[in-house]
Amino acid sequence: MDALIAEFPRFVGGFFGTLRLCLFTAIGSLFLGTILATFRVSPVPPLRFLGLAWVTVFRNSPLVVALFLFAFGLPQVGITFPTFGGNAFFWPGVTALTCYTAAFVCEAVRSGINSVPPGQAEAARAVGLTFQQTLGTVVLPQALRTVVPPLGSVIIAMIKNSAIVGAFGVTGELFSVDAENTALGYSALSSLTGVAIAYLVITIPAGIALGVIERKIEVKR
Amino acid sequence: MRLSPLVRTAVIAAAVALTATVAACGNQANLGSSGAAPSVAQGATFEAGTTMATLQTAGTLKVGTKFDQPLFGLKGLDGNPVGFDVEIAKIVAAKLGIPADKITFTETPSKIREDVIVNKQVDMVVATYTINDARRQKISFAGPYYVAGQDLMVKADNTAITGPDTLKAANARVCSVSGSTPAKNIAKYVDAANIVLFDVYSKCADALRNGQVEVVTTDNVILSGLVDSSKGAFKLVGKTFTKEPYGIGITKGDVKFCEFINKTLTESVADGSYAAAWSGTAGKVQGAVPPLPTADACS
Repeated sequence: MDALIAEFPRFVGGFFGTLRLCLFTAIGSLFLGTILATFRVSPVPPLRFLGLAWVTVFRNSPLVVALFLFAFGLPQVGITFPTFGGNAFFWPGVTALTCYTAAFVCEAVRSGINSVPPGQAEAARAVGLTFQQTLGTVVLPQALRTVVPPLGSVIIAMIKNSAIVGAFGVTGELFSVDAENTALGYSALSSLTGVAIAYLVITIPAGIALGVIERKIEVKR
Repeated sequence: MRLSPLVRTAVIAAAVALTATVAACGNQANLGSSGAAPSVAQGATFEAGTTMATLQTAGTLKVGTKFDQPLFGLKGLDGNPVGFDVEIAKIVAAKLGIPADKITFTETPSKIREDVIVNKQVDMVVATYTINDARRQKISFAGPYYVAGQDLMVKADNTAITGPDTLKAANARVCSVSGSTPAKNIAKYVDAANIVLFDVYSKCADALRNGQVEVVTTDNVILSGLVDSSKGAFKLVGKTFTKEPYGIGITKGDVKFCEFINKTLTESVADGSYAAAWSGTAGKVQGAVPPLPTADACS
């Protein structure tokens, strides 16, 4: 426990580093994932194909491959990212994690869309709503209620996956804190215990918040 | 199956020839990997109760080393690590009367080196292990057996960077591994915003190749491995600006084992096995055999 006590400020720094990384990724992947889900149920074949291709590629390949692609592959062909606080590898890391997580968000949201009885969409179309209006005002609001629990799991998995991003030049997140502690001579076990606690401080409240949201938006029957 | 006597003779001859060939190949392979193997000490006696006596009785030695460090400890295709650290371990084992094939090598990445010693999962760690006081709180070091130094690696056509003092003027982005001693040392020479940290040096090499950083810094031995595998794309600046004494990690307070290892190292210089270990591994890139550094006092 020596590392946890003596290096507490370092853990706090890493905690906020990871939190920042996860907030950007959560916002990005929920947004992107929902769009991809609408692509997958869209009546336009090219959009359906794009959604399917995205899910197939990112859901079926390891996260590190995506990270390598964004951190080293794209710069090799001349595509570079802006820096974040002087760090050139923050946005590549966030983008890779977002693209990866969005594939899972997409599938969760799509399952929600499929859970809405077809009669709802048929009725909406019958009264003259367009596809966009049907999806936006009738289907998605009902679908999102049912997807809160699976989305919670996806987001918590994403928070834990953010540890891998630390190995790709994103300094100041919890796993690079662990590396620094180990270098200072603390045992990896005590340092990793601190890292685990810091993750719990993020993930447990996230789980509770999702529970609250779930109760707030559930349909009273 | 009935065979004529002539055919039978031919078959037997072929079988014998084949066996002989296979055996010869086996010998060849052994010679290849342990061509410079130190001679195993026979009938050495140690004071009862010491680590040396225990190890000699057991007849095996458990050594922690790196499996991913070219020239020092790199796992080969046959599953055994090769490199300077591995050869040093073999020299120590030989003095204990333990042949090289009775050494069990365990992969010990930097993170877990203290833990495996404290938990007695290995008898010693020879893994590009820099001696420092923080580590001495938990374990003891024998040696040093080699003094590495931090150096800079740049693209082969880079002429702007000639040493750590030129980094600021060149506004160079420097890559190293998070939490490493080199990363701490380089902070004196460049702005924090220009330091890029990964978990392994191979990613630094990728970043250097892409022009995402201008410099990679760490021990010259690690950089030598990267230069060696870059096929001429990278070069060493060649100005070491730190001293990183590499020690052999052992259980804290095992003074007798420490003294034994130090004596073994001194003897290995005299009998040429130290030079042989160097030339067959790190010397292929680094050149001349370095002098054995003066051993630290055992504690």
